Amino acid sequence: MIASFIIAFTEWDLVSPAKWVGLQNFRELLADPLVWQALKVTTIYAFTSIPLSIAIGLLLAMLMNTKIRGLRLYRTAFYLPSVLSGVAVALLWRWLFSPEFGLINLFLAQLGIQGPSWLGDEDWALPSLIGMSLWSVGAGTIIYLAGLQGIPTDLYEAGEVDGATGWARFRFITLPMMTPVLFFQLVTGIIVALQVFTQSFIMTRGGPNDATLFVLLYMYRNAFEYLRMGFASTLAWVLFAYILVLTLLVFRSSAVWVYYEGEVRR
Amino acid sequence: MAVTSPPLPSPSVTTGRSRRHRLRWFQHSIVHVLLICGTILMLIPLAWMISTSLKPVGDVYLFPPKWIPDPIQFQNYVEAVNTIPFLRYFTNTAFVTIMVIVGKTLSVTLVAFAFARLQWWGRDVLFVVMLSALMLPPHITLIPQFVLFKQLGWIDTFLPLIVPDFFGGPFLTFLTRQFFLTIPRDLDDAARIDGCSSFGVYWRIILPLSKPVIIAVIILVFNNTWNEFLHALIYLQSQANFTLSLGLRMFQGEASTSWHLLMAASLLSMLPVLLLFFIAQRYFIQGIVFTGVKA
Repeated sequence: MIASFIIAFTEWDLVSPAKWVGLQNFRELLADPLVWQALKVTTIYAFTSIPLSIAIGLLLAMLMNTKIRGLRLYRTAFYLPSVLSGVAVALLWRWLFSPEFGLINLFLAQLGIQGPSWLGDEDWALPSLIGMSLWSVGAGTIIYLAGLQGIPTDLYEAGEVDGATGWARFRFITLPMMTPVLFFQLVTGIIVALQVFTQSFIMTRGGPNDATLFVLLYMYRNAFEYLRMGFASTLAWVLFAYILVLTLLVFRSSAVWVYYEGEVRR
Repeated sequence: MAVTSPPLPSPSVTTGRSRRHRLRWFQHSIVHVLLICGTILMLIPLAWMISTSLKPVGDVYLFPPKWIPDPIQFQNYVEAVNTIPFLRYFTNTAFVTIMVIVGKTLSVTLVAFAFARLQWWGRDVLFVVMLSALMLPPHITLIPQFVLFKQLGWIDTFLPLIVPDFFGGPFLTFLTRQFFLTIPRDLDDAARIDGCSSFGVYWRIILPLSKPVIIAVIILVFNNTWNEFLHALIYLQSQANFTLSLGLRMFQGEASTSWHLLMAASLLSMLPVLLLFFIAQRYFIQGIVFTGVKA
């Protein structure tokens, strides 16, 4: 870790000895438009995929928490995709998104719609990856389901007696009781979303026109393709700082919206 | 909780109940319809993958798409396995995964035991240090680690993928420690009175009582290591050392048009994870509820 911090101040291609360049890497970084592009892509991804997957995951969990039959089957079906990851999944989705013969565009064609070329389209590539990330909402659903089942039923009974409608029950009982779980999911979601790599590397190679250039991908390129170890280390620290700031903001804000049962007594 | 309002006046009991019954039935039907639609949406990609992998080449690019391959070509799998050194990649991946599981489980439980049960100088300070390492994203150590392993001459060996995992990992250590703390201390004391050493307590008392957490750790580590890509990409160079992730990626470059073979190979590479999922689904769910992270 300390080594990484020191390398950030050098110019080093691993072959010739490292050269101390002070803050030059930081200056180059600020001037590099691709760094800003990478930060933008990563931010858009995080700020759409996280809320979407939390909302959909919670909705599914609430649907499953209605004492219906076949819960185990549904749970398995929704959870299954989220245990799969890596290159095989990226390839599967590349095939689904394939412009001419991919299932999605074949389906749209049957409805008479000419689908975009998804991963090959500058405007659709990032939304495609966001949509793909929703395939693994099931993991969140399982966690929310456990959380929902932990809410004492007497709260709902009391609500019913007080005449709370469905929405009010959700807004004033379910949601507050779930905030600790949501908070935890938000934090881990940020950390995961800011470190996306495999999808963009396999499916789009950062393209088209850098539309899916995630920070980690750009860092990988600098380090292992252009052999700019110093610059890449600087980038790593920028990403770290970014994760830290976002997580701190979430932690700070948590005092306002996260409700812990134990707190009431204080 | 103060319940102040009086119980609601019940309307004529029979009609009220049957109406409520019908309402409930109606609600349940809607929930079922929604969940079934969701289930179909979730499983379609996998179904399409299986379908594609069993089709003759000509049928892969049909419009409208055909769901049931005719004839079913299991031969695709044979061809896929023979086009790339699949078996080689598979054994490489299995070797790395098994080593990582062994290393990680042993080191994590040992360190967690030391944090949870032993008294030593500087323990609490180190624990805080470990917790702060939790916040550290793994990508930050990527480059110095690479430099270190390069100097050790470990590039293009499995060592960089395995050895770090013999030194534990903050997240799983924390998790395991929390579990160990729930095991009553009386058991340790009893064992010690009977002449057990610290290691004996770890090996004979704590580990056998920690099955749930150990299984959760193993599943998590298995899944992550089996699918690992970035480190393999950086460290492995010669094809004979490739893991499945790298092999599939190369296959994609070579045969980007033979989607039926690509899907067959991808499906085969997912098979161990799928198998484990169906065998140990209960533990998967336990693990994820336990840790709050997806495997």
